[in-house]
Amino acid sequence: MFNEAGKNLAQMLKGGVIMDVTNAEQAAIAEKAGACAVMALERVPSDIRAQGGVARMSAPEMIKSIQAVATIPVMAKVRIGHTMEAKILEALNVDFIDESEVLTPADPFAHVDKKSFTIPFVCGATNLGEALRRISEGASMIRTKGEAGTGNVIEAVRHIKTMKREIEELKSMSDEQLANAAKEMRVDVELVKQVRDLGRLPVVNFAAGGVATPADAALCMELGCDGVFVGSGIFKSSDPAKVAHAVVQAVIHYKDAKKLAEISEGLGEAMPGLEISTLDVRMQQRGL
Amino acid sequence: MIGVLALQGGFKEHIDILTKLELEACEIRTREELMREEVTGLIIPGGESTVMGKFIDEFNLRSPICARAQNPKFKIYGTCAGLILLAKEVPNLKGEPLALLDVTVERNAYGSQLDSFITDFGSFIRAPKITRVGEGVEVVMTHEDLPVLVREKNIWGGTFHPELVGNVEIHRMIFDRE
Repeated sequence: MFNEAGKNLAQMLKGGVIMDVTNAEQAAIAEKAGACAVMALERVPSDIRAQGGVARMSAPEMIKSIQAVATIPVMAKVRIGHTMEAKILEALNVDFIDESEVLTPADPFAHVDKKSFTIPFVCGATNLGEALRRISEGASMIRTKGEAGTGNVIEAVRHIKTMKREIEELKSMSDEQLANAAKEMRVDVELVKQVRDLGRLPVVNFAAGGVATPADAALCMELGCDGVFVGSGIFKSSDPAKVAHAVVQAVIHYKDAKKLAEISEGLGEAMPGLEISTLDVRMQQRGL
Repeated sequence: MIGVLALQGGFKEHIDILTKLELEACEIRTREELMREEVTGLIIPGGESTVMGKFIDEFNLRSPICARAQNPKFKIYGTCAGLILLAKEVPNLKGEPLALLDVTVERNAYGSQLDSFITDFGSFIRAPKITRVGEGVEVVMTHEDLPVLVREKNIWGGTFHPELVGNVEIHRMIFDRE
């Protein structure tokens, strides 16, 4: 079921921060600050949210310009279900494809059949069923959807905790209940049993969507995530290089409150945040 | 007790392998943790060499790692990014490697993720290649005529990840002697 090499690459990203970048200059800043990978995209989520319109895969020349400067893995996004955008990214030799709800979905019925690709995929999920469906389709890595571009961490926390609770519930289930749970989640019961036995997803699981500060990143780590994606939080802050560096350190030292206090000092203005109830578009509801 | 550098990357997988071998293991993030007397060996795991290299310097870990490496009984084993950091020469690395192992290592030498592959003894993920082996360095393992595991006295480096395929033999060979 898994793209094993892709799953292994995701393991190498653990304990790290993956940053959204929109040009080569930002990619260089991210790498210098200690990012373990960069996500190449046309506009950061908060701009996509503000500007509206259809958000698509980035132009190849933009992705290439980032590949030219980055020595760390380069990821890029495709619209949910857009197999041809994914094939284009594979032809461009990116290291990871994010089939992302941040872009406007392309297929109302299905996600990309990720098993037919050599390039690994990461997909968003709000709960265990969604995560396991994406893994069944061939995803090598899962991230929470959170609510991208809001600078508001509550949805990421909701998704982390929901998944944890659902995994915990599997542990006390009989075989019959497990079979029912698998049926409800529309996945193979063997995958559900694997999750029960491991006590976690069988692939790396990152936090994403609304992480804006070092403290947000540390919170996600404390809740059990393997690492963190930061989108608008870096390059919509007043001092991106400083914030980027601080978030990376916060992920390393998330257990050490004294260090977190030092790291959080003197960072300038964080990105402006949005209250979830005021949103017109909830990206997390795309592609369940 | 074997310390595993836990700045970023696949450190937990190494701890799992050491635990399987019934060897004690601990995570290392600070100078104090590294200098503890009980720590008798060190693993530098796979991950991103730029990230680990940066924080080895920022967290003042370079001098204690190099100091402990002088003790012939203190074994250090680097996998993939860990090997890159231990090497003497890395042409395409931003920043200075630790230069404890007399080899030249080329980062991402097989290509991008499309060129990653898995063997029964380990996983090669965006793997580096050892392109020069110094005089005092022993080639312990080769794969397709390329050195993939080398040692110089107490310093070991490998281009592949035994810990990602559950292979305990490399760790046994390095740490479970004496």
